Amino acid sequence: MNYHKFDVVIVGSGGAGLMSAMQLAHNASIAVVSKLYPTRSHTGAAQGGVAAALGNLEEDHWQWHMFDTVKGGDYLSDQDAAEVLCREAIDAVYELEHWGLPFNRTADGKIDQRRFGGHTRNLGEGPVRRSCYAADRTGHMILQTMFQQSVKNQVTFFNEYMMLDLLMNDGQAVGIVALCLRDGTLHTFHAKAVVLATGGYGRAWRITSNALACTGDGMAVAYRRGIPLEDMEMYQFHPTGLYKVGILLSEAARGEGAYLLNSEGERFCIRYAPTLQELAPRDMVSRFIYQEIAEGRGINGQDYVYLSVAHLGKEKIDEKLPDITDFARNYLGVEPYYEPVPIQPTAHYAMGGVPTTIDGQVIMDENNTPIPGLYAAGEVAAVSVHGANRLGTNSLVDLIVFGRRAGKHIASKWLPEADFAPLPADHEAFAAEQVERLLSNTKGETQEAIRKELRDEMMDKVGVVRDEQRLTGMLNKVKELKERYSTIRLMDRSRAFNTELMEVIELGNLIECAEATTAGALARKESRGAHYRTDYPKRDDANFLQHTLAYRTDRAGEPELRYKPVVLGTFEPKERKY
Amino acid sequence: MAAAPSAREVHIKIKRYQPEKSDKPFWQEYRVRAEGNDRLLDVLNRIKWEQDGSLTFRRSCAHGVCGSDAMRVNGRNRLACKLLMQDLGSRISVEPMLGFPIIRDLVVDMDPFFSKYEKVKPYLINDEPEPRTERLQSPEEHARFDETTKCILCGACTGSCPSVWANPDWVGPASIVNAHRFIFDSRDRAAADRMAILSDRNGVWRCRTIFNCSEACPRGIHVTDAIEEVKRAIMYGSREVE
Repeated sequence: MNYHKFDVVIVGSGGAGLMSAMQLAHNASIAVVSKLYPTRSHTGAAQGGVAAALGNLEEDHWQWHMFDTVKGGDYLSDQDAAEVLCREAIDAVYELEHWGLPFNRTADGKIDQRRFGGHTRNLGEGPVRRSCYAADRTGHMILQTMFQQSVKNQVTFFNEYMMLDLLMNDGQAVGIVALCLRDGTLHTFHAKAVVLATGGYGRAWRITSNALACTGDGMAVAYRRGIPLEDMEMYQFHPTGLYKVGILLSEAARGEGAYLLNSEGERFCIRYAPTLQELAPRDMVSRFIYQEIAEGRGINGQDYVYLSVAHLGKEKIDEKLPDITDFARNYLGVEPYYEPVPIQPTAHYAMGGVPTTIDGQVIMDENNTPIPGLYAAGEVAAVSVHGANRLGTNSLVDLIVFGRRAGKHIASKWLPEADFAPLPADHEAFAAEQVERLLSNTKGETQEAIRKELRDEMMDKVGVVRDEQRLTGMLNKVKELKERYSTIRLMDRSRAFNTELMEVIELGNLIECAEATTAGALARKESRGAHYRTDYPKRDDANFLQHTLAYRTDRAGEPELRYKPVVLGTFEPKERKY
Repeated sequence: MAAAPSAREVHIKIKRYQPEKSDKPFWQEYRVRAEGNDRLLDVLNRIKWEQDGSLTFRRSCAHGVCGSDAMRVNGRNRLACKLLMQDLGSRISVEPMLGFPIIRDLVVDMDPFFSKYEKVKPYLINDEPEPRTERLQSPEEHARFDETTKCILCGACTGSCPSVWANPDWVGPASIVNAHRFIFDSRDRAAADRMAILSDRNGVWRCRTIFNCSEACPRGIHVTDAIEEVKRAIMYGSREVE
């Protein structure tokens, strides 16, 4: 048995995990356990910026940012959490700058800021320059900067270790079991606190901006251990994914002035959102595109529209949008200096996830009862600040603000009173059984058909537009896929660096996430934010101004659903108009 | 948008190493249908998912920003996710990068690479009291080191460098790129430390300006030029020298 003991084990090495690590590096013994090398984490793919009301170029206030966040979330955001997000964003951005993050600068040397979807001045009057950015690789620079700080602070990493199980004892988190990819051995990490920072699960859909590694591992592992998943039906489709490939073309393009055009060359967003136009929130712009395509105004009658940046001029494109224009050249052979870029909505971001308090403590029920020793931050978590739809640039804010709060809470509140609780009996049994079963099954099918069907069906049935028939069909599909998965067979029986084993475990995790997502979507008989149902096209505050909590049961496709009230506050729910 | 060429059969020869089966590396050829606008990574995934689950490689973001899938393709280091099949011909050879210990198939041990990276103190050092807001930096000062901030630590440059092949202890191009990123950052105060580290026998002077690294960089960083700038700064004892 490979046994490790640390005060805190942080699972995941993206922005949230490393930000937590920074708070703890000098206060505790910590390990960061990640199935990737840290700099491979998907935080690095974020492009457009990180919002903070610095007011470097025009008047701005964190209260305006908060209003935009809550309204953007279609009032499903918890307003106490949104307040923390927007107030603390300012300090967190300065902290990143002090750590060396190379932000673009204004002429007088301050952090430059640009417009982004849904971010407005004075409660919706018009766009505001709030997004702090480093060209179109802001996430890359955040990840690199935090990794640099981790090196400086001599953080202990276990790279290419994949979490298989969360260890609980008497209602308290006491560690994890992970698979060391390099030699296939299991390792137990015994800890006083566990931080889940494992990211999202975009790989459940066919067209996605997400990395192959974004497979909902933290959500699935928690869900199997009886922890609920919150608001999983709130899944964001980013309007501008590269056609067929899904690679993200940042909203920064539209923030800098890019247009969306239909087959008639019309800037159709103006018809739907006269004030913010192309900079309406993502859920809406994705639906505008869906509607244009449904009414026959996709390009060449097909399922895409154009993003045009050509009118911005070469100089601005090269300075502000170099990476995303390269994506168009590399993957579609389109030259954005002269040609419009084919785009379609792409599965992008989970607003839902493991429910937490504003200090990152994972909660287990509608009464917000914290699970001692268990924390989550970043995309894996639902605080919930993003509600039913996240605004662009708020994901990076979420990572740094709540990664930091989770770390600080552990350091100042939890560790002083916590002790190492004993590990449960047979603590490696569940993980070992999972691995041995996969390595010994000889009868079932291999992974490919299951993966393909899951992703195709999620795209068709749990996408930008949903209805009862599609969602019921998907739940039946989940049941069928779970059954088929139970006998899934590997071609590779090796122990050392068995990436087929890793992928199949990831696929199992995706199916769990798909179950909670679909069940939540079926039960939510309204349209709100990213969740749009043609059979219930209106928001229904009387019945659904509440968070879904999905608990796994032994019956495939049938999680138990409970509901938790939304924390309201300053901003009364109103109809969203942009 | 360019029309996608129709699918064709390609032959991909992959240098494999399966330590649980044999001590010796071997070549294996796969035949697979590919569209012209498929990425090489898509094709490797298809081989893995449909033909041979034991084929082992790293991958994550699949669009050239995470740096997982650097490998040697037709003799050059490339990211498999940034290569389109239409640019590769119908016979393709794929090997692990040279100059790294091989773990399995195309997966190499990156730990020595990251240890060398850590040697150059790749983090901002400035002990002056932090201002309440941001440290000021002009757009010109920012532009001075902007290019080297693009590095994704994929190892393609280091694995393409004959000086690294000849001397695995050499710090290598990627580490120097990351030193450059801080040496020329107006906010940093430890340029002299890094220049001292890089002037020792395993420092910048082992670079023979072969330019393989610049050619290999998937992020378009002019790696050799960055190394030359560091050499000049060391020679003249200051980062202010142009």
